[in-house]
Parts: sequence; C-alpha cells; structure tokens
Amino acid sequence: MINKKVANITEALEGVSDNMTFMFGGFGLSGIPENAIAHLVKRNVKGLTCISNNAGVDDFGLGLLLHQKQIKKMVSSYVGENDEFERQMLSGELDVELIPQGTLAERCRAAQAGFPAIYTPAGYGTEVAEGKETREFNGKMYVLEHAFKADFAFVKAWKGDTAGNLIFKGTARNFNPVMCGAAKITVAEVEELVPVGALDPNQIHVPGIFVQRIFEGEKYEKRIEQLTVRQKA
Amino acid sequence: MLDKNGIAKRIAKEVQDGYYVNLGIGIPTLVANYVRDDIEVEFQSENGVLGMGPFPFEGEEDADIINAGKQTITTLPGASFFDSAMSFGMIRGQHVDLTILGAMEVSENGDIANWKIPGKMVKGMGGAMDLVASAENIIVAMMHTNRAGASKLLKTCSLPLTGVGCVKKIVTNMAVIEVTPKGFKLLERAPGVSVEAIKDATEGELIVEGDIPEMKL
Repeated sequence: MINKKVANITEALEGVSDNMTFMFGGFGLSGIPENAIAHLVKRNVKGLTCISNNAGVDDFGLGLLLHQKQIKKMVSSYVGENDEFERQMLSGELDVELIPQGTLAERCRAAQAGFPAIYTPAGYGTEVAEGKETREFNGKMYVLEHAFKADFAFVKAWKGDTAGNLIFKGTARNFNPVMCGAAKITVAEVEELVPVGALDPNQIHVPGIFVQRIFEGEKYEKRIEQLTVRQKA
Repeated sequence: MLDKNGIAKRIAKEVQDGYYVNLGIGIPTLVANYVRDDIEVEFQSENGVLGMGPFPFEGEEDADIINAGKQTITTLPGASFFDSAMSFGMIRGQHVDLTILGAMEVSENGDIANWKIPGKMVKGMGGAMDLVASAENIIVAMMHTNRAGASKLLKTCSLPLTGVGCVKKIVTNMAVIEVTPKGFKLLERAPGVSVEAIKDATEGELIVEGDIPEMKL
C-alpha cells in the first residue's frame, strides 16, 4: 500500500506559505483539525484565505488564526460565535464571503469530484446570487456556483490507516469528507493511526486516494461549544 | 396570545406520521418536545445526523455528537450520520418532508428574511438558504411583531432576503396564517386574540373569510 504517513506535524504542513487558500473541516468546533491549526498558528503564515463552515470561537479553532491576524479572507456559511471576527470584519481588516452551507459543501465536493461548477437553487433571488449566472431547469431557477480551488485541505478523522483511509465519528464527519481531495494537498489528522489492514474496507468513509498526508494528532481538546444536558429523573 | 412554547405546541400538530423533519434554531427546536408520541418522526440536523434524540444526561455528553445549533445531543436507535454534502442532498433533493424555521420578516408572496441585518447582525445564513430554496413544506415559527412592536408580516420584506416565494405557512403568537397567491390568509386565532388585533398587527394584506376558529392546542 502507498504510505501516506508523515513523521511529524512539520512534515505534514510542509509547503504551506503566505497567501495560500486552505480548506478546514469541522462544524463549529466539532471535527476541526486542531493540530494543524495549532501548527499554523506557530508557523504564523499570513494572508490566508480560509474555506471553513465556521470561524471558530475567540480562543479556539480558527479564532486562533484570526487572533494573530493570519487570515485575509474567510469563506463561510456562519460566523456567529466570534467577537474578534466581527471586529475585524466591521473594521474592514478581514474580507468575508458568506455562502449557503449546502453550497459550501457542494463547491468542495465539485472540486473533489472534477466538476467545474454546479447549479443550486440556494440563494436565488437573494444578494448571494448577485452577479452570478442563473438558469431555469424544469420551471425552477438555479444559481451557478463554481468549484473551490485550494492549496491545502486540513481535515480531521477519528481513525485512519497509513494508506490514508479514513473513518469519522458522529457529527464530527461534517465537511471533512467533501474536502478530502478538493485541494492540491489533503492533510488528514486522526485520533488513532493504525497499520494497513486494521480497518475493515467496508467501513471506510474516505478512501486513501483522496489523502496525501496522514498523521496522528498529538492531542485533542474537543471543546464543546454549547453544553446541553438533561437531569436524570 | 401564545408564548414560544405555545407556538411550538401548535406547530407540532402539523407534524405527521412518517415525516422527516428539519428544525431550525430557536422556537422550532421546541417543536420536538410536543410531537405526539404515537407517531414515528425522524429529526434531521443539517450538520449530519438523522434520528436526533434528546439532550444527553449530564456527564454523558460527547463533543462528536452535536446538532446544527452546536448543542450536545443524543441519537435514537436507527439514527445515522453523514457528511455535509449528503445532508444538503437530503434537503435540496426534497427528501425532508417538513422544514420549520424562524424568521425576522415574511412577505405576502412568501419571501423570507432571517439571516442579516445590514450593519448590525452579520452572522451568516448557515443552511437557511438551502432549506428555503428547496423545501416543499416550510412553516415559519415567529412572533407576530418585533421587539419594537412592528409587524413582521409585511407587504414586502425590508431586510436582505433568504429566499423568494417559499413560505407556505406561518404560526405566530397570534395566529396561523397560510401564504396564498392573494396574500396572507388567516386560518386560526390564538386563544383570546381577536381578528381585529391580528389585522392591526399584520402590515401585509390579511384575507379573512368567514368565522376564524380559535387554535386547538
């Protein structure tokens, strides 16, 4: 099997530089590539365009990159939980492109699957569709949305093997699978990296062909954004 | 006049046996608490789960199992997880039977605005634009007027739109209203609320035909 395992985080992020476009998996703080983000903070690469459903919170996730003013532009669907984000956006320091969540997913998937663009009904008749090509199919209007182009995709899975095969857990799956293979280089970090043969091929969510580099994350904080519980009766 | 739970209770009566339902954040989330327990319904959350259950017991929460509001949740037997593209495939492909979401404004022709207040609120649309553009059956859950007392049922929306001509039904603290080609049609009154009061609180054209029954909750 082709070996995708890299020795360490430095090797995993080899080639990242200023002004690149990165994809980050995750929904809220669930399923985010914590170790890659931490290392990007350390490397302090700047002028980044980040494609991610959310922008983290003030002191975690992509909020850490925002805090160091490493991000030039965010492409997201929802950025609500971050005061520093709002400050930078309103002051004009940060360029923000808000797009519908399903469109975000499909623009990733299009890049992964070799479609230059897709038609979606989402956003038709709203400011999201301004300046975009629209077309009628079967009496309904659709908006043309282009596949993303990115330099790196940083994704996080639960388990992976050295061939790059990935398995996700729960709703931490979210955008991670559609970002695999959607950038020039996909870097997958996993909670548990196992030898080839240890994973059941029937259970693989993302085949290793979409992943160029894989490593086991040093640690995962897995912060909970909204802890909601019920009491035992 | 209903409170938020009252609105949720009334909307729960629209949920039918065998429905897959997507609930938005806020009042819509409360609907799950009032669905009859003699019918089978599955709740979808667009971050990638079908078959959502109640909140976990304290100490049993899992950071890897959340809903679209980023709240910790549980799953019921028969639940499934999937990626964001498949999740919106369920929505865009009209496999979800009922979508319930909140709104800041709805217009007579079914336009909805619920994602942006220019200069004030810039959080983003999340999955709302995908939901309203594709769902066949959309119920809006909201208060009839805003905090300043102004009507949220308008001739035309003043805020940036989330979707055009998509809302079919509105349940507020005052009324149940159907969006028809001719405008807002009053179907039911909240307990103790007069037709006149609903007319006064509705800026858009309100169609009133015959006796308007009080909601049964």
